[in-house]
Amino acid sequence: MSQAASPSTGHAFLATLKRDLVIAYKRKNDMLNPFMFFLIVATLFPIGITPDPERLGEISAGVLWISALLASLLAMDNLYRSDYEDGSLEQLLLCPYPLYYLVLAKNLAHWLVSGLPVVLVSPLIAYMLNLPQEAYLTLFLTLLMGTPVLSLLGSIGVALTVGLGSRGLILAVITLPMSVPVLIAGTLAVQQTLNGAPLLAYLAIMGAMLLTALTLAPLASAAALRISVN
Amino acid sequence: MSEAITDKYDHKHNDRIMLTAAELFCERDDRVLFANLNLQLQEGQVLQIKGSNGSGKTTLLRILCGINDSYEGDILWYGNPRDKQAEQFLGSLLYIGHRVGVNKVLTPLENLRWSASLQRDVSDAELMTALSRVGLRGFEYSQCFSLSAGQQQRVSLARLLVTGARLWVLDEPFTTLDVSGVALLESMLADHANSGGAVLVTTHHTLSVPDLRILNLDANREERL
Repeated sequence: MSQAASPSTGHAFLATLKRDLVIAYKRKNDMLNPFMFFLIVATLFPIGITPDPERLGEISAGVLWISALLASLLAMDNLYRSDYEDGSLEQLLLCPYPLYYLVLAKNLAHWLVSGLPVVLVSPLIAYMLNLPQEAYLTLFLTLLMGTPVLSLLGSIGVALTVGLGSRGLILAVITLPMSVPVLIAGTLAVQQTLNGAPLLAYLAIMGAMLLTALTLAPLASAAALRISVN
Repeated sequence: MSEAITDKYDHKHNDRIMLTAAELFCERDDRVLFANLNLQLQEGQVLQIKGSNGSGKTTLLRILCGINDSYEGDILWYGNPRDKQAEQFLGSLLYIGHRVGVNKVLTPLENLRWSASLQRDVSDAELMTALSRVGLRGFEYSQCFSLSAGQQQRVSLARLLVTGARLWVLDEPFTTLDVSGVALLESMLADHANSGGAVLVTTHHTLSVPDLRILNLDANREERL
């Protein structure tokens, strides 16, 4: 599975990426739901806790990260379910090219549709929550590196549970413990930037998480898919 | 009828034998589906797998393809263990399950383009030709949820025309097809066998294909009782 991508593997990768983007475009509801959920959750915090700008500023990094985490969890279930139900997943498993790249393509498409919009709108929400200005860049960069990790980790959980009839909370139970380190690193990075610490160290940690997830998570997802379809 | 294989590695010299399963055993929920099952598939052969409901036809196909690995026994591809040459095997295999792998929000053309890309690079002109040959001319750009079940099945059959796979494994491909669809698929099977391909198919329908061979899973069960 770890062999270098041949031209045809690249072709299959692009075809899968394009297919999933087209499906997402045609199912606009699924695409918008996580994004709207992110906006709603983040907006409820000032209403529920306090409208005091100073206190909001203190919790804003955590609020943004938790909202992003929940939004990504909400979006995950769509990743393999329809493919499982209509039999496309069997085609994917019986493809002669390494499953790693195809799973990666599906994860990338999923992040582009559900993760990237959240990252892009985050400065706006940060402004609403009165996040101190010097932390904007850190927040944006950590979310940009952290949300793909959340997608890649979530993909393992979805792949494991896709064959179960009623999933309920089990996906959250599997995925959240793996996601907590990302949450800690992300919020810590923002806090430490406010305390004047250099940005680079935390970005390096996030980068390490992203690279580890990129190399290992699709392998785990692929193995989990084989088990689920079996 | 299961064929006895005296020595399971004996036929290595016969390079026309594509797929061999020797002494397959499969058990599900404490019930033996089949035991000591042997089958051989040569180039140019169509093998129909028969059996009553629940006799394990689908399970057998999934085992032979490698989607299901809860079995004991040997599966050989051109005389060598299948799993040691998975890439060649999968490159020559086309499996259509009874969930046909057609996404409902995509159009037939988009579905076929993706399916084909998992095997090889195919031009859009070729895809359009295949779709019109399976009777979907004029539906290329409609979303699949607006098509009937039979038409969706035809989308999956178009894959047979574009992949270039030598081994077709089809699970109940006739269920939703109309009379002309059945005739079309039968002629496709015959053409494929004529050009040196091989077909494994489960169906309750009486196939009219020359040189049809039949494996009856009920017979395997009776032997054990």
